[in-house]
Amino acid sequence: MLNHDVLIIGGGLAGLRAAVGLCDKYNVGLLSKVYPIRSHSIAAQGGINAALANNPNAKDDTWEKHTFDTVKGSDYLSDQHAVEIMCKEAIKIVYEMEHWGCPFSRFPDGSIAQRPFGGAGYPRTCYSADLTGHVLLNTLNERATAKGVKFYPEWFVIALVTDGGQCHGVIALDLKNGEIVPIRAKATLFATGGYGRVYFYSTNALINTGSGIGIAYKAGVPLKDMEFVQFHPTTLIGTNILMTEACRGEGGYLTNKDGERFMKRYVPSAMELAPRDIVSRSIQTEIDEGRGLEHPLGKYINLDIRHLGAQKILERLPSIRNICIDFIGIDPILEPIPIMPCQHYSMGGIDTNEKCETDIKGFYGAGECACVSVHGANRLGGNSLLETIAFGKLASFAIDEYLQNGEIKSDEGLLMSKKEEMEKRIHKLIHEGNEKPYKILADLSKTMSAYVGIFRKKEELEQAVKNIAEVKERYKNVHVTSTKLHMNHELINAIELGYMLEVAHTIALGAYLREESRGAHFRRDFNTRNDADWLKHTIAKIGKDGEPVISSKKVVITNYQPMERKY
Amino acid sequence: MITASEYTFKILRYDVKEPEIESCFESYRIKVIPGLTILAVLLRIRDEIDGTLSFRSSCRSAVCGSCAMVINGKIDLACRTQVAIFGSNTIILEPLPNFEIIKDLVVDMTPFWNMYEKVKPYLIRKSPDPEKEIQQSEEERRRIDQFVNCILCASCYGACPVLARDPEYIGPAALAKLERFALDSRDERAAAELEEINSDKGVWGCDMVLRCIDACPKDVRPTDSIVGLRKKLLKYKLFGKGKG
Repeated sequence: MLNHDVLIIGGGLAGLRAAVGLCDKYNVGLLSKVYPIRSHSIAAQGGINAALANNPNAKDDTWEKHTFDTVKGSDYLSDQHAVEIMCKEAIKIVYEMEHWGCPFSRFPDGSIAQRPFGGAGYPRTCYSADLTGHVLLNTLNERATAKGVKFYPEWFVIALVTDGGQCHGVIALDLKNGEIVPIRAKATLFATGGYGRVYFYSTNALINTGSGIGIAYKAGVPLKDMEFVQFHPTTLIGTNILMTEACRGEGGYLTNKDGERFMKRYVPSAMELAPRDIVSRSIQTEIDEGRGLEHPLGKYINLDIRHLGAQKILERLPSIRNICIDFIGIDPILEPIPIMPCQHYSMGGIDTNEKCETDIKGFYGAGECACVSVHGANRLGGNSLLETIAFGKLASFAIDEYLQNGEIKSDEGLLMSKKEEMEKRIHKLIHEGNEKPYKILADLSKTMSAYVGIFRKKEELEQAVKNIAEVKERYKNVHVTSTKLHMNHELINAIELGYMLEVAHTIALGAYLREESRGAHFRRDFNTRNDADWLKHTIAKIGKDGEPVISSKKVVITNYQPMERKY
Repeated sequence: MITASEYTFKILRYDVKEPEIESCFESYRIKVIPGLTILAVLLRIRDEIDGTLSFRSSCRSAVCGSCAMVINGKIDLACRTQVAIFGSNTIILEPLPNFEIIKDLVVDMTPFWNMYEKVKPYLIRKSPDPEKEIQQSEEERRRIDQFVNCILCASCYGACPVLARDPEYIGPAALAKLERFALDSRDERAAAELEEINSDKGVWGCDMVLRCIDACPKDVRPTDSIVGLRKKLLKYKLFGKGKG
């Protein structure tokens, strides 16, 4: 049995930042199912928000204004004290990352460059061309290397071990050696990322299954606001690769088949830089009403950046150009980019507070897998990179505080019995059943994209919940053909699928129950926000019968009384 | 209408846990549409035909660096390579060279990361941090651009003929990473710290045949970094001081 003071699961920005914060003082182990540098943080393009006030047009920007934009963007569902902490922390974090070597793009005066982003009153998104996630993740990977953080690359966590009140560690599968290993820890942090892959159309990497969220949920940890799913307005048709919001931040247009900049009919003041939920609905409406364009890969809208000129595109959006050339054979200097909206980000997740604590002692969550909530019903672009690093750092503080306060005993017996349980489960996956995991996943993800998408209504959500119950039933009979435990991706997929079904269930059920429209959750049958009944978080906790039990939690309001959200 | 055509994928199979069985190619016949990528086909083969096939993948958009392999004799990322570009209905897939195979297309990257760690791949500062950002001009930032773009996919490492004959050679990716910092206006490593690579296991080992440049999916030119580091070392040897 391995033993650490602190176990961090996930090697993206949140996990690495927490590890860097704790490794000098504690025996830290960081597990990642891929090499940390392959984590999905790498794919973030546009930037990280912080009120540095570097932009000549933003000299009076403050963290309070950043807080207000975030709260308003969240459609007032975020917990305002947590947003305040994050936006204040943002400035320190960006400077810290810069001091650690992050190669941000620069303004002519040598300061960190900042660009406009959707839903923000000021140009406060710090960036490095269109590779901001790449440079931030590299910087933290470098920092972790400098500090000698103990990595377990390609170790996949298959279960969390709790006694209902306290966390004792995890059970992991070492992919290289094919061994199932219990790991004891005084504190465990999940920084396992979002669940994009429960949707058929998603910008997310293949590793973004949300299994971390599902593992926590199965272990009895409550989830929060799972029905709030961000659909990014601009993803390349066919592959759904993200076309960063920076395309519009730098001045790109959205046009329909008539060449019209249709955003003027939806949000004339903000145009293409309205928040993501609104732009996605506008694009979907254009397509649904017949003003989209046709392509063998599907209906689409044009994202036109040609007028920015070759020089600006090559300097600010070089990888967007390369992606378009590689993946659809279009050079955006010469032709518009065909885009559609699709799933992009998980606002909901493991229910944590502003210190990343959960209901279970010694168990923490940070980054996209967690829901503090700082994004509420809709996340602003540039706030996800910020959240990962801010709460990775805050998690390190909270864990330090926890470990300082008294003796924590972890129960080896509990870990061993969980290990046996998981071994039995894996044996069953390999030796019984006849359902192919990929077929179940296809049916699940198609259900989610069709019925729990940008526009929702009761009958469809009912259908989704029903379909999920069916695929869950089929999952009981799932079968893995490959019998070896090492580098068995089919087995990993099958295990993750079990957790994905739970995650999808809480999303669909939350969406079905929430009879209002708020942020990214839009109900055609309840198309306005209803603060009287619904200004509250949805909490989903697994019941004794394995079915989700739904309750609610108060939203924390400090300085910003809910108002009509107008742009 | 897009029509599918039938392809034969020949994939090298090997399992380090069964060393007595020699590596061999296994053929899979599959109908695909022309726009599909090699990675998309691999995923279909694993799902629909053979669950025992192992390969790495994640972002499917050429940013995470997981899926570098040899595709019809050329090293590239499976996720950004389209099936149709070869003008042939047979596609041969092999794992990255210069590594031990763990299983099928999955290689043991440990030596690659060891080399990465060797060059101190992080910003080294001696001056205290300012309250705000360390100033850097647009031009200074641009200087490190190509090396910042490296995704550590190890394509160059797989393509390097020096590594093929000398596994102790540090390799192109680590040197590109070192140059990324040595060129960074904020980095304060002393030139003496470059001694680590001042040998034929370091910058002097390179054959200058530029295979790494051909193999890089991100247009990084590791050879530029090797030339740059050699110049710095010579300058240091001649004049005995200076920044790294």
